[in-house]
This record gives sequence, C-alpha cells and structure tokens, in this order.
Amino acid sequence: MTYITKFSCAVLLFIGNFALANDIVQHSEAPEKDTKTEIKEYIDHHLQDSHDFTLFSSTDESGEVHHYGFPLPVILWDGGLKVFSSSKFHHGEELAEVDGSYYKLYHGKIYKTDSSGTISYDEAHGEHPTNVRPLDLSITKSVVMMLVTGLLLVWLFSSLAKSYAKNGSIPKGIGRFFEPIVLYIRDDIAIANIGEKKYKKYMPFLLTVFFFIWFLNMFGLTPLGVNVTGNIAVTTALAVLVFLLTNFTGTKDYWKHIFDPLGDGMPWYGKMVIYIILVPIEILGLFIKPFALLIRLYANMTAGHVVLMSLIGLIFIFKSWVGGPLSFGLSFAISLIEVLVALLQAYIFTMLAALYFGFASEEHDHDDEPELAHL
Amino acid sequence: MEIPSVIGAGLAVIGAGIGIGMIGGKAMEAIARQPEAYGKIQTAMLIAAALIEGIGFAAIFAG
Amino acid sequence: MDKLVNDFSFGLFIWQIILFLLLLFLLRKFAWRPILNAVNQREEGIKNALAAAEEAKKEMQNVTADSEKLLKEARTEREAMLKEAREIKERMIAESKEQAKEEGDKMIKQAQAAIESEKKAAVADIKNQVAELSVEIAEKVLKEQLSNKDKQLKLVESMLGDVKLN
Repeated sequence: MTYITKFSCAVLLFIGNFALANDIVQHSEAPEKDTKTEIKEYIDHHLQDSHDFTLFSSTDESGEVHHYGFPLPVILWDGGLKVFSSSKFHHGEELAEVDGSYYKLYHGKIYKTDSSGTISYDEAHGEHPTNVRPLDLSITKSVVMMLVTGLLLVWLFSSLAKSYAKNGSIPKGIGRFFEPIVLYIRDDIAIANIGEKKYKKYMPFLLTVFFFIWFLNMFGLTPLGVNVTGNIAVTTALAVLVFLLTNFTGTKDYWKHIFDPLGDGMPWYGKMVIYIILVPIEILGLFIKPFALLIRLYANMTAGHVVLMSLIGLIFIFKSWVGGPLSFGLSFAISLIEVLVALLQAYIFTMLAALYFGFASEEHDHDDEPELAHL
Repeated sequence: MEIPSVIGAGLAVIGAGIGIGMIGGKAMEAIARQPEAYGKIQTAMLIAAALIEGIGFAAIFAG
Repeated sequence: MDKLVNDFSFGLFIWQIILFLLLLFLLRKFAWRPILNAVNQREEGIKNALAAAEEAKKEMQNVTADSEKLLKEARTEREAMLKEAREIKERMIAESKEQAKEEGDKMIKQAQAAIESEKKAAVADIKNQVAELSVEIAEKVLKEQLSNKDKQLKLVESMLGDVKLN
C-alpha cells in the first residue's frame, strides 16, 4: 500500500467518524429526550435496514427534522403486489395509503394498520406489535448496497479479466492488488481445504463470497452508514447457500461419515448403542456449522458497529475537552481495527465454507482428518 | 431465585474468551518452536478460534 | 434469540439470495473463469519455460561434455601423432646413420683396397725402376770393370752375394 492510499484511508475513517458524530449531535439536540436514550435509539436505527437512503439529517431552529437522501421503492405482497415510493412514509411519521390499505413504518418494519394508524402490542412483552406484517420485498438500503457492491465487483473483476486477455496474462493497475488475493484464496483456502482435485468447482463461490463480504464490510465503515453484513437476513442467506452447496455436492463418503461414522470398526450391535447419540449429533452438526457461520459474521459486524458508534456517542455524553478527544481517538483506533476485522471476517467465512466443502467432497479415509466436523 | 440469562451468557463468553486466549497462546508457542510452519499454524488457529467464537456468540444471543 | 428472529427480514433474505446467485453467475462467467484460466495459463507457461530452460541447460551440459570429449580425443590423437612422428624421425635417423656407416665402411674398404693396389703398383714400379737402375749401373760398372778379368769375376761374385741377401 502506498502512502497515498494509507493517507486516504485514514482521511476516510476520520470523515466517517465526523459524519456519524454530526448525525448524532443533530439528533441529540432534539428536545424532550435525554442524550443517552437518543444515542441508543440512533445506534439501534443504524443497525437496522431502512426503507430510504438517508445520508444525513439535521434539525432546524423550530425543532423540525430534515433528512437528506433519496427514497427507495417499497414492494409489498399483501393480497397482490403493491409498489410505492418510501417517501410516502415520511420517515415513519405518516401512514402510507395504497389501494385502500394503510401501512405504517414502525421501527424499520412495515405493518398493516387502519386509517388511524393503530398499533396493537403483544400483551406478554408489550414490545412487539401484533399487527399483520405483509411480505416486504422492498428495495431497502441494504439491497441498494448489495446492488452497488455487485456492480462494483462485476465491473472490477471483469475489467481485470479483460486486462489479462489484452496484456498477455499480466495484471495491470488495481489488478495487481487483487490478483494475489485471488491466488491466495485459490492456493491457501481452496486447495488447502478442499484438495487439488475438486477445488475448481467451488472456486467461483468462494471468490464471490469473499469479495462480497469484504466489500460490504468495508462499505459498512464508510460514512454511508450501511450495515449489510451485520444484518441477520443477509448472513442467513449466505449461510443457507453454503449449507445447500455443501450438502448437494456431498459425496458418498460424506454421508457415510454422518450416518455411519464408525464404519467397520465395530459390530452392528455395538454401533446401535453409540449411534443413538452419535448420529443425531452428526445431523445436528450439519445445521450448526452454517448456523455458526451466519451468527459469527452477523455478530462481529454488529458488535463492531455498536462499539464504534457507542464510542462516538461518548463524545456527546462527556461534552468536555478531555472526553471528546479521548473518545474520538478511541473510536479512530477501533475504526482501524474494524478495517482488519472486515478482512478477517470475510477470510474466516470463506475459510470455513471451504473447510465444509472439503468435508463434503472428500473421498478417502477419514481417520487422519481432524475431527472438526463435529462442531 | 431465577438467574438472569445475561449472567449465563456472560459466563459462556468468559469460557469462550479463555478458550480463544489459550488457542492464541499455544499458537504463539507453536510458531516460536517451528517458525517455518507459521502459515499452517495460523490457519488452524483461526479456524479453532472461529469455532469457539461461534459458541460465544450463540451464548450471547441466547442470553 | 428473540431479537434475532424479530430482526430477520424475509424480503431482504430473498433479495440477498437472488442478488448473490446473480452475482455468482455473472462473476463466474465474466470474471472468475477468465481470471483463473489466465492465471493457470500463465503458471503453465512459467512451468513450461522453466522445464525448457532446464532442458536447455542439460543439453548445454551435454554439448560441453561432448566437446570436452572431442577435445580429449583430439589431444590424444595429437599425442599419438607426435609420438609416431618422433619414432619415425628416430628410425630415420638411425637408418641413415647405419647407411652412412655402411657407406663409410665400404668407402674405407675401397680406399684401403685402392691404397693396397697402388702400393703394390708402386712397389712393382719401384722394383722395375730398381731393376733398370741396377741394370744401368751394372752396365756402367761392367763397362768400367770388365776391362780387367779378375775384377770382373770378383764383382760378379760380390754382387751375387748381395742379391742373395736381398
């Protein structure tokens, strides 16, 4: 990395902190609520997906909040497809009326309601609304970011691919940075875990998943304020794909390992007793593996965002000459660590996916393999 | 008396923390003993740490 | 867990699956396949080039060994030729020496023979001359002495006696 890149990264992180800080202070100036609750709500809001792309908000002298950004299309399936702009919600302040039905945006989710916007709550907890939630297929902020990342990836890597054709197999420009990563994934993740024979089949998935997660993680650190990989639905989708790919490409040996792990090592009457416990554990392991994968990515990214924003929020709680710079310095340091975490989580996700694919596609003896499969 | 689930989650996280710490420490020792196997040790360490971390997170969200 | 389930947005899940599969398909077609192929090709190329270099090196070594062998052969040949030449030279020298010696011996013999015959001729000549001289002397003496009979006889006697002594 050149000094220029380093410098621009640092500047970006600085600006990121300032932008978030600016956002929080605008909110905290709203009357009635105390700063701590305000910050907590802000963080909660940030962690969630949203139906409009707000870049920043401000409060004018009369206490009115202005949001700057652009609305996104809302697509609902509620006895028929309903498409309208999210500007109808006015950031949750108003009801949206479409074809005679009323919808309310409440804590980032759309509920069906009546013309007066009644929300009835769960009696036991008093937190969750019991209103009907129509199937929400909106193009949310996260979907937009995924589209942007997808386009960026396609553009970046197809131009890299083209530069090979033009340049006689020698990468050019940004390709010199990405090619070693592609090779690392091939040599140290795919070949190391899956094996020389079968790694080729999984390479597109591994590469796509790595760069997709990495880029989205990095976008999460920019002032755009997106938290795509810290969204449970996104990580679940990725884990489901890993699960399907693992089990649909599983060899005979892989299934034998699950349903007959001891093989010929024991007579059938001995196996019966052990298998009552062992086989369910193995089957459970099938689901626990991708579950751990989705929870890990979600929790790491969410935790990173929470820590970062809490530290920035501290500035407005301290409101002093000592506390401000201190929490700013801390949040800057955490930002740097988060850059590392962004890469590390993408690496670990890819690595573990490759490991699971490796288990699924192995065909020889299992005796000398590490028994990580149980976890 | 009912113990809050948060405490259970905290205990689980302590366990996971100790586990990851031990993995890290042992990996360091291993690398010091065999610097040429650095890459392999690091990979194995990350995998093991990631697996334990998963348990920790599961505990946090269960709690 | 409750929070997780509550946070889960099914719409986003579906979008993610669709978009990811689309991305996977596009990248596989337009990026990963060409990139990996290009990299493989390049690696293959490097491997081949290395193998070719190794081959060339081996060949080079072979050539060097060959030339060394040739050189060695040439050197031994030269040595042999030199040796032969020296032998021939020595033989020639020896032969010519022998020949010269023979020739010399022959010449010496001839010379000796010539000397002998010359000597014989000279001796014969001298004898003739001596005989003539003696005859002349004898004539003169006889002419002078034969005026006296006694003296003649005496002379004859003494001369005869001399001749015997010879």
